[in-house]
Amino acid sequence: MMQLTLEFGGGLELLCESKKIHNVNVEPQNGSDKLIMKDLLAWVRTNLIKERPEMFMKGDTVRPGVLVLVNDCDWELSGQLNTSLEDKDVVVFISTLHGG
Amino acid sequence: MESVAWDTDVSRILAELESLRDTKSVIEQRILALEAQLREINLRNEVSNCDSCSPTSVLDSNSPNGLSRDAIYRYSRQLLLPSFGVEGQANLLKSSILVVGAGGLGSPALLYLAASGVGRLGIVDHDLVELSNMHRQVIHTESYIGQPKVKSAAAACLKINSTVQIVEHKEALRASNALQILNQYDIIIDATDNAPSRYMISDSCVVLGKPLVSGAALGLEGQLTVYNYKGGPCYRCLFPTPPPTTACQRCADSGVLGVVPGVIGCLQALEAIKIASAVGESLSGRMLLFDALSARIRIVKIRGRSLQCEVCGENSTFTQQHFREFDYEKFTQTPLTVPPLKLNLLPVESRISSNQYSEIISKKEPHVLVDVRPSHHFKIVSLPKSLSIPLSTLEARLPEISSAIRKEEDDVEVASGSSVQLYVVCRRGNDSQLAVQYLQKMGFASAKDIIGGLESWSKDVDPNFATY
Ligand SMILES: [Zn+2]
Repeated sequence: MMQLTLEFGGGLELLCESKKIHNVNVEPQNGSDKLIMKDLLAWVRTNLIKERPEMFMKGDTVRPGVLVLVNDCDWELSGQLNTSLEDKDVVVFISTLHGG
Repeated sequence: MESVAWDTDVSRILAELESLRDTKSVIEQRILALEAQLREINLRNEVSNCDSCSPTSVLDSNSPNGLSRDAIYRYSRQLLLPSFGVEGQANLLKSSILVVGAGGLGSPALLYLAASGVGRLGIVDHDLVELSNMHRQVIHTESYIGQPKVKSAAAACLKINSTVQIVEHKEALRASNALQILNQYDIIIDATDNAPSRYMISDSCVVLGKPLVSGAALGLEGQLTVYNYKGGPCYRCLFPTPPPTTACQRCADSGVLGVVPGVIGCLQALEAIKIASAVGESLSGRMLLFDALSARIRIVKIRGRSLQCEVCGENSTFTQQHFREFDYEKFTQTPLTVPPLKLNLLPVESRISSNQYSEIISKKEPHVLVDVRPSHHFKIVSLPKSLSIPLSTLEARLPEISSAIRKEEDDVEVASGSSVQLYVVCRRGNDSQLAVQYLQKMGFASAKDIIGGLESWSKDVDPNFATY
């Protein structure tokens, strides 16, 4: 079991009952001993996203305009979908804003 | 009868307002002309005396540090900062910064940039000042409602610091004029409010090699970063594909707490000042995320320049010519200047005008009016006796509509041959059409919507009815 803090911002929280911070326990998937971002996305989609999943994901990754940060670092820098997660990691999903 | 007298009252007041505004504008033009004349005269007399009223004596080549006596006194608190000092100030005074958008972000940014002593400050905006802007666009004052934002902002900046050169660009930024405008400045601030402008400004900064300070705010959140600076990413490196249009909310629809863009706009001014004066460490390669409600600011590390980026990447072939021909509205599926969306989904017989609805009320025709706006909109203003059922809950609350219709049948004596009618209203007449489509499908065959929604009610029937 892995304890993770997931945060949603920039409007994405509206997809999970307007709750921004979720403390969750996620098990490594497919009999593997580690959890990667790809698995976490599927888990989030099934367990946290309550409406309009297309506003969160496109295919097996996040939709355009969503930044993913693992421990305050862009997931592009850690291997995107292949980023492995560790206990107590903080993952932030944030939709880019355009207003002014 | 009464309403006729009242109508003439209104038109008399409107006419007088119009004529007073015209007079005011003539007087303002005259004031500007006289001020310019006075500056000319002062400039000529500068050698003899009166440097306190001369607005042009900022940089002084005879002074050892290049700053005039007035400039030293005006900026003394910044000169006293060891990490900013005379050098930082002198760099700032020689720099030019363009702020695109004189709205919620641009307002505080412009005020601070003017105050801190940027040499030349450009403002781009095509819009007019509105009452619903005042809560966040703090550079504008009530007396400028209806006038160009650029004009209002320029006047406010000059009131704070008449030694700054202000350039007004009273036009919308487009692919056809962007390069020519941006090229006149060292640093660009993106204070716009829509996706196509953000791509367009970032691309032109890449093509022209200018640093871009980009801010955004909506609701209770803000975001800030610096693009295309010292090897950092551009906007497209981060967002190569535009988001779906449904993910692009606007302040006019979703709301925004005034101070939130204020905070981000101030930080944009700060980042631009740091770059212009060559001090400190910029936010390039990092992004600041501001959550006002939970009082949290998070600064995260973002990717560097992407080698595959179509605009700034290794093999990019994106030139000024490509830029001018690029269709940003098509790319993002969003118009650059936002006309309100006007759906037209229903046949004419399923729609009534707000004037027709007004007649239905005065003739006391039996009916039920369903308001499908979100409940927090309903709390702002609503029509009497309307039933609040937000569009998102319509499916689950159909029985409430049926029982409201039955109750109306019981309460009012329905003349034989007629029946209780069902009308649907929303803010602008888009959601009401979606609702009517659904209601008709679910057996409410006679459902009709009010064209143009409450906005049209306010415009065509009752000018005292609040709009927002
Ligand atoms: Zn790029």
